Amino acid sequence: MIEKHTIIVTVVNRVGILARITGLLAQRGYNIESAIAAPTEEKDIYKIILVVKETSENIEQITKQLNKLIDTIKVTDISHKDNYIVREYIILKVGLTPRTRAEVLDLMRVFGAKPIDLATDHLIMELAGHVRKIDRFIELLKPFGIEEYVRSGEFAMTEYN
Amino acid sequence: MKGAEILIDALINEGVDTIFGYPGGVVIPIFDVLYRTDKIRFILTRHEQGATHAADGYARATGKVGVCLVTSGPGATNTITGIANARMDSIPIVVISGQVDTANIGTDAFQETDMIGLTRSITKHNYLVKSVEELPIVLKEAFYIARTGRPGPVAIDIPVNVSNAQLKNYQYPSEVSLPGYKPVTNGNPKQIEKLAQAIKTAKKPLLYTGGGIISANAEPELLALLNKTNIPIVITLMGLGSIPYDYPTFLGMPGMHGTMAANLALNECDLLIGIGVRFDDRITGKREQFARQATVAHIDIDPAEIGKVIKPHIPVVGDAKKILSELVKKVSPRPKDEWNERTLAWKNQYPMTYDQNAEEAILPQYVIDRVSALADPDAILVTDVGQHQMWAAQYYRHRKPRSFISSGGLGTMGFGLPAAMGAAVGRPGHTVITISGDGSIQMNIQELATCSINKIPVKVIILNNSYLGMVRQWQELFWDEHYSQTCLKRSPDCPPQCTGPRKDCPSVYIPDFVKLAEANRIYGYRATKPEEVDDVLKQGLSQPGPVIMEFVVKSIENVYPMIPSGKTISDVIPGRQS
Repeated sequence: MIEKHTIIVTVVNRVGILARITGLLAQRGYNIESAIAAPTEEKDIYKIILVVKETSENIEQITKQLNKLIDTIKVTDISHKDNYIVREYIILKVGLTPRTRAEVLDLMRVFGAKPIDLATDHLIMELAGHVRKIDRFIELLKPFGIEEYVRSGEFAMTEYN
Repeated sequence: MKGAEILIDALINEGVDTIFGYPGGVVIPIFDVLYRTDKIRFILTRHEQGATHAADGYARATGKVGVCLVTSGPGATNTITGIANARMDSIPIVVISGQVDTANIGTDAFQETDMIGLTRSITKHNYLVKSVEELPIVLKEAFYIARTGRPGPVAIDIPVNVSNAQLKNYQYPSEVSLPGYKPVTNGNPKQIEKLAQAIKTAKKPLLYTGGGIISANAEPELLALLNKTNIPIVITLMGLGSIPYDYPTFLGMPGMHGTMAANLALNECDLLIGIGVRFDDRITGKREQFARQATVAHIDIDPAEIGKVIKPHIPVVGDAKKILSELVKKVSPRPKDEWNERTLAWKNQYPMTYDQNAEEAILPQYVIDRVSALADPDAILVTDVGQHQMWAAQYYRHRKPRSFISSGGLGTMGFGLPAAMGAAVGRPGHTVITISGDGSIQMNIQELATCSINKIPVKVIILNNSYLGMVRQWQELFWDEHYSQTCLKRSPDCPPQCTGPRKDCPSVYIPDFVKLAEANRIYGYRATKPEEVDDVLKQGLSQPGPVIMEFVVKSIENVYPMIPSGKTISDVIPGRQS
């Protein structure tokens, strides 16, 4: 069964590491839904967070292959684990008219989105939250005319035990 | 010290005594250092693919890391097949390529190719050295990575300005720090205990071992386990020679062209112990049916191999030598029993046979049989890829590890001659024989000149059936004898849709291999009749230098038994033995 997997790959940040990781997925014909690569609290240690839709068997093999990379320190598939905090961040630009203005601002208040830039005919805002919350927010804003948005892709961290 | 000097000093520090390669523009600084050193022997091959296979053959024969040095662009791309080949068979080689000046990378400079991009998926690891400061540690890491854990090829791309740059206070590092690379070598004691228990309770245990035994040098431990437990054993192409061919419980090679005994045992065993194997599709056939009633144990140093094809019940990650020595201590002695009798009965019932007396033409199996009889028992046999390779696996009497060298995973035609050259350079004083086909030999035949001029005494045996025999066999068996582009005698005068040899087939084979030997100033012999086989072998094998021995063999002969691709033992085509 194909389902969404979020995989956290902790790596030593050396030249080409992202290409090695994405290459492993590409050579098997797996499509990447989202990917984030960013530094961590440790020097030269980066976390790469991938979202891939594949079968569990294929994901098991891919995590083993990712582990095998020389610069990989740890690989965790956090799907089906509940001790993780998963977040995503979005910047979104929506068109405004005098008629829609109040409703948009109202939605923002409910979701906790913050304005970044406001003009007479459009509004740029930001929101961080669970992926499902972001999806829902986009859906509810659609009727008002979304001009553009950028999503960060998923990122995650373990909770305290 | 200059980058180029650091490179050569590092190689000497790593114990490198031989480099195979080919010069070019951006590696002249490195070749200039080689010009001034007498500590490294450089073998100038005639093609970079030859150099890479030679480094591979050297590594397989010696157990050391093979080294190859080439220029950028076409020099680098010509190594690709050799690198992929080493990767598939887990062979430790380091391939060093030159690269254009770092300032020109990405500008489509003359002879620029993205070597690290090209080799990413076929190396164990690779490096682009961006500054001379990185060079010492990169070299240290490259050799460490190539030979430890599951061995494999490492590529290092060195821009010309890095070779020319000066580094003050150079010292070759004594250790590496790789937080992401810590191969597990000791097997989990609980898992080993579990395996020992499983052996105790199994009624039909079977060992299935491969190249991992040889790369771990675990033959003595395997033999100790066999002697203590009498478990029947099947050995893959990559593992042949790890146990002598005449060991009482050895059932032969399993798989597509394996012995009936080996495949029947795989099918019936209730405990399958895979060691240093990767459950290749040429072994398993139809995966779902493979050893389906068996508890499967899998010992491998590469955790990614565990469960890749077959999910084992008892996985043990670690070094085969260490795990086997622990297992030998824990396992209870096992006397020979009904299962031993049963497997032995299969071995006797289905021997590998051929009948030369029934044929006018030379049978390829007969040639291999005679090579086995007439060659030094310590000889190293190297094969190319195709029918001859399978016959060599089946009919040669394998006695020692690192003495049967063959391209297993990638199936690289053209591997044989250069790999044999590497083996002969790595183990001087040993007879090195390459068994090739008339198709395979022509894929790297330029290395005959390398052998001749460097007096590398490779004995080249060509089994000439004038066909790309393995493909022809498939066309015969599964494609209604549509011999599409598999006949090497085929000319424009031939009928458009040939279905096999006829009286009016072209009689001349091109090239004339004996003349080709002469052109390379080595001896060439040809046998066309069975009674000439021994004479040619005796003459050829007694020559001190490289020779070609061509055997014109029966053109339509198949490798049997054969389990068709993706099928099971019940679909076996037994061939002559039926």
